[in-house]
Amino acid sequence: MLAAREALTASRRAPLLSVLSVVTIAFSLFAFGLFGLAAINIREALEQVEQRVEVRGFVAQGTEIESVAAAIKDIGEFPEVARVDYVSEEQALERARREMGEFADVFESGVLPASIEVHLRPGMRTPDNVKSVAVRMRTYLFIDDVRYGEEWVEKLYRLRNIATVAGIALGLAFAAVAVIIIGATIRMAVLARAEEISIMRLVGATDMFIRLPFLLDGLVKGTIGGLLALLFTWLAHRTVNEYFLKTVFFDRELVFLGIVGGAVLGVLGSLVSVGRHLRRI
Amino acid sequence: MIRLHDVSKEYPRSGVALSGVTFEVRKGEFVFLTGPSGSGKSTILKFLYMDDKPTTGKVWVNGVGSDTAKGREISQLRRRIGIVFQDFRLLEDRTAEANVRFALEVTGAPKASIRSKVSRVLTQVGLSSKATSYPRELSGGEQQRVAIARALINDPFVLIADEPTGNLDERATRGVFQLLRDVNAAGTAVVMATHDLDLVRRSSYRTIELNHGRLVFDSAEAGRPRPPGGFAEIEEGDEQPPESAGY
Repeated sequence: MLAAREALTASRRAPLLSVLSVVTIAFSLFAFGLFGLAAINIREALEQVEQRVEVRGFVAQGTEIESVAAAIKDIGEFPEVARVDYVSEEQALERARREMGEFADVFESGVLPASIEVHLRPGMRTPDNVKSVAVRMRTYLFIDDVRYGEEWVEKLYRLRNIATVAGIALGLAFAAVAVIIIGATIRMAVLARAEEISIMRLVGATDMFIRLPFLLDGLVKGTIGGLLALLFTWLAHRTVNEYFLKTVFFDRELVFLGIVGGAVLGVLGSLVSVGRHLRRI
Repeated sequence: MIRLHDVSKEYPRSGVALSGVTFEVRKGEFVFLTGPSGSGKSTILKFLYMDDKPTTGKVWVNGVGSDTAKGREISQLRRRIGIVFQDFRLLEDRTAEANVRFALEVTGAPKASIRSKVSRVLTQVGLSSKATSYPRELSGGEQQRVAIARALINDPFVLIADEPTGNLDERATRGVFQLLRDVNAAGTAVVMATHDLDLVRRSSYRTIELNHGRLVFDSAEAGRPRPPGGFAEIEEGDEQPPESAGY
C-alpha cells in the first residue's frame, strides 16, 4: 500500500523526529496516566471508606428476637439497603474487646446493647439516603437509638464530590495538554514534509491521498506512544507499591482504553495538523 | 482549451497583481508569457493549475471554471497538466526515476504500467542513463529534465513552465528549451513564463507581455503571424539531441 510505504519512508528519512514524536506522545500520555492512576487510587480509597458507612440501630433490652427478625427483613427490603446484620449483646461485647483490647477488662457482660447494622448499597451512601434510612429505623418502637455518624458521612460525601470535580477538571486539563503537545509534535512532522506535500498537490494527489500516510503515521506513533506510556505508568505503580504504599493499577478495560486513546490522539493530531496545512497552502 | 476572461487579482497586502487580463490558449499552442518581475506572470500560471483564483473575472482550463472548481476536480485537472518550476521542486531523497514515478503513483495508476511509462518518459527527456541518480548528483539542466519528465508522465494536454530556464546556464537553457519544443511538437500545448528575451526573440511563438499586471502585448493580436502548428525552428546549431545533451 502506497500510503504505508510513504509513511515508512518519511519515518526513515527523519528517524530522530519520529523518535521524538513517539517519546513526546508517550510522556504526554504518561503524565495523563499518572494522573489517572492517582485518581483511581483516591477513588478506591474513598470507596473503601464509604463501605464503612453504616446505620446502627440499638435494640432495647429484652426485645423478642422474632420482632427483631421481622424488622431486619423489612429493613433489608429498603431500596438503599445492601445488607442487614444483627449484632447480639455477646457479639457486641466480643467485638469491643477485640477492637479496643487495652480496655478489655472494662467491658462487663451486658454492658453493650444488641444492634441492627445496616449497610447501604454503593452509590446510595449519600447523607440524605443515610438519614432517610435512619429515620425509618427509628419508627420501630424497640429501637432505642439510631446512629450513623451524621457529620462524618457529610464530610465524606463532600470530599468525594470535591475529588470527582477536581478529577474531571484536572483530567480535562491533562488531556488538553496532551492533545496540544501531540498536535504540535505532529505539526513538526507535517512541516518537515511541506515540500513533499506541495509537490503531491501539484501532480494531482487528492487531499485524502496526502492525508493517508500522515494518518497512518499518527496511528502508529500514537499506539506506540500509548504502549510506552502504559509501560512507564506500570513501572511507576510498581515503584510506589514497592517503596511507599499499596496501590491499584488500571483494569484491563482501562489499559485497552489507554492504548486506543493514544492511537486516536495520534490520528486526530495528524488529521488536524495536515488539514490546517492543506488549507494554508 | 485555456481561457482567461477579464481576470483581475488583488492581494490584501501587496495590492493589485493582475488587472483585466483576457486571452486564450489553443490546443497545441506554444505561448511565451513575458514581462518584468512582479508583472503577474506567475499569478496567471497559478490560475492555470488552479492554485489560486482570480478576484474578479474567470479562468477556464479544459472546461473547468475557476469559480466553481473544488478539491477533487482540481486534483483531476492537475493530473492532465504538467507543471515545471525554476527551482525544479524535486524530492531530494528520491532518485530521478522515483521522482517521476511518484507523480504517476499519486494518481493511482496501475503498478504494471508505471515502470514502462517512467522508462519511456526518462528516455524522452534524455535521462534514461541517470534514472537511479539522486537530484544532488544531477546538473541543473538534468534536474529540470527530470522535472519535465515528471510533468509529462501523465500525458498532459498543457505544460505550464514557470521560468524553467531561470536557474540554468546558456547551454542547459538551449537543451531544456529544445525539449519543450519537442513536447509541443508532439501536440502538447506549452505556456512558458520567462525573462529570457533572447529565447523569445529566437523563436516565433506567440508572445504575451505583461506589465504591472496588465496585458500590454499579444503577438497573436498584434498581427505577428503565428507559426503553423505552433512550432518554429530555432537557429541551426542550437538544437541538442536530448540523450547527448549532458547538462
